[in-house]
Amino acid sequence: MEPIIQFAPYTGWVYPNETVFEWSVLIAVYPYLTGLVAGAFTVSSLYQVFGFQRLKPVAHMALLTSLSFMIFVPTPLLLHLGHPERAFNSTITPHLTSAMAMFGFFASFYVALLILEGWFAYRPFIVEQAQKRTDLLGRFYRLLTLGSYDVSEHAMRYDRKWIFALAVIGIPAAHGLHGYVGFMYGSLKSREWWSSDLMPVIFLFSAIISGVSLLAVLYVATCKMRKVPVDLGCLKGLAYTIWAFIMVALVLEGLEFANIVYKGREGVDMIMQYVTGPLLIPYFILQFAVGAITPFLWLSYMIWRGTTGKALVIGVTVCACLVLFSVFMMRWNVVIGGQEISKTGKGLLSYHLPLFGKEGALVAILLTMAPLGLLYVLTRLFPPWSDAATHAHS
Amino acid sequence: MKKEDSAPTLAARRAFLAKLGGAATCAGAALGAATLGVVPRAAAKPEVTPDAASFPTKDYDWTKHQWGFGVDATKCIGCLRCVEACKRENDVPANAHQFRTWVERYVHVEGDAQVHIDSQQDPVNIEASGSEKTFRFANRYKDAKVDKAFFVPKLCNHCTHPACVQVCPTGATYRTKDGVVLIDETYCIGCRYCVQACPYGARYFNEEKGVADKCTWCYHRITKGLQPACVEVCPVGARMFGDQNDKQSRISLFIRNSRVQVLRPESGNAPNVFYVGIDKEVN
Repeated sequence: MEPIIQFAPYTGWVYPNETVFEWSVLIAVYPYLTGLVAGAFTVSSLYQVFGFQRLKPVAHMALLTSLSFMIFVPTPLLLHLGHPERAFNSTITPHLTSAMAMFGFFASFYVALLILEGWFAYRPFIVEQAQKRTDLLGRFYRLLTLGSYDVSEHAMRYDRKWIFALAVIGIPAAHGLHGYVGFMYGSLKSREWWSSDLMPVIFLFSAIISGVSLLAVLYVATCKMRKVPVDLGCLKGLAYTIWAFIMVALVLEGLEFANIVYKGREGVDMIMQYVTGPLLIPYFILQFAVGAITPFLWLSYMIWRGTTGKALVIGVTVCACLVLFSVFMMRWNVVIGGQEISKTGKGLLSYHLPLFGKEGALVAILLTMAPLGLLYVLTRLFPPWSDAATHAHS
Repeated sequence: MKKEDSAPTLAARRAFLAKLGGAATCAGAALGAATLGVVPRAAAKPEVTPDAASFPTKDYDWTKHQWGFGVDATKCIGCLRCVEACKRENDVPANAHQFRTWVERYVHVEGDAQVHIDSQQDPVNIEASGSEKTFRFANRYKDAKVDKAFFVPKLCNHCTHPACVQVCPTGATYRTKDGVVLIDETYCIGCRYCVQACPYGARYFNEEKGVADKCTWCYHRITKGLQPACVEVCPVGARMFGDQNDKQSRISLFIRNSRVQVLRPESGNAPNVFYVGIDKEVN
């Protein structure tokens, strides 16, 4: 039988209780998922609020993606809790000084907002299906109409007002939710690696690039699956968005690291030993070089050269995959990396990721992929494609 | 006709109102009894409001004490009896990775700029003790020329502004009126945010119970007038405990008569474990 506690090997001096890693890979998956939610919502907002017309083909998909991932956001946390059955204690009796206590409220509010916005966005489609279908699914759509079959121009105008308002509220909600996740780490003064004022913004910008990248990949994949041509204008729009935000993300992360090194507070020697040793590959090579700088340069080249056609599709898709990987590595390097540097500032620990078990690699992969399954179901029920009736609003 | 009808109706109404009045009186009496403490006592939750005068037992008033802990590191001989006593007294998991209290050893070897630090959980020390249930420091420096060496007992600092309490999402961990940071095992959700937030590494996660755990200064003992187990067994008096409200208590005298310091004062946590005889490397 697997021992219930995994002890971490260490070097140097670490506190005895630190030899057990308390936040596993699941706690890295959690901000990754919330980041994808916030990022995907950004795309939806760019279209709905800021009028980026070229993003129209992915606007509805962005909403569905955001919702699918948001529904799975609490799962890694619940799996990690010692008493998941008590999870609602933090919502019933929130301890207001805790950064974690508000999560239930923020998350529920945001899910409700997404469902409401989705409902308004899909209302013409729902009404159409409710009137057309006679099968069980027709009953489902009739239920979803909530008794409102009015799709007149007047009603549509009213709906559009709601969509706009919800999208506007959604921007601070989505970004607040994720910035707040960053604050949960940044506000801890026990670890030099986490304790940073920049942490919430770093989380936010990495979230945006990850969500936009996810949509780019999903858009290309769904086009291939549906055998329809990729709208290059839309893909270019996504590429521009990634390119613009990746610059900010890189600058912020660079500043954060420069701050730690330049201030050189107690424990910095150990941090330097860590980043030039065990973290060299996951941090500098995978997160920065491969996952961020490579796609940045590649995207810059494509924008400069005006690349189009198949080269653009391949280029953007590969870059987006690299960004998705980079952002996961960022979550990993923060959550796991932070714990690998001892609070003593005099020792290093090493985390061993088990393959099986409640907090193993397989569960982490499953939880990251599960929202895609839900997204598939949602796209069957509510086709987000721009050629469908869903875009009556546009 | 109308007048005739109205008389019995009025009578009925009066009777009804009289009954209602009676019922209201009964309800009022019940409410009064409840206010006097009849009902609350029956329905009371195990924890009472922080203002209550007696907690957790009838004979103990937590508003009358302000506990504090002292460590005179110059006296500690690293025998680790405190660690073993704590494990037994508080049912701490019998392994070399989870402790409510521990002892650190600092050794300066001649010609070596780096101080060597270890604790009882170090694999070399565990090998020397031969078990993860009993602890001892291995004589690993017997062939070295030691310039300076000392032991530092560590435990939860029961801070005045505890970071662990601040981050707890449910309020399951809290600071008592008498200055002890406790965890409500029946309310903790096991998120381990507190474990991360503690800069001293004083908390661990009890896998079997699914909740965070740490030193309570043996709250079950001190509220009965006893000393914490680690203080009780210390053969050299390196650990001391007492009421800071009592100016003649051991802890008050220790703080008053020595130049004490706390660990990581820059954290703003305001610890309540006071040290004498620690060196610059200790944090």
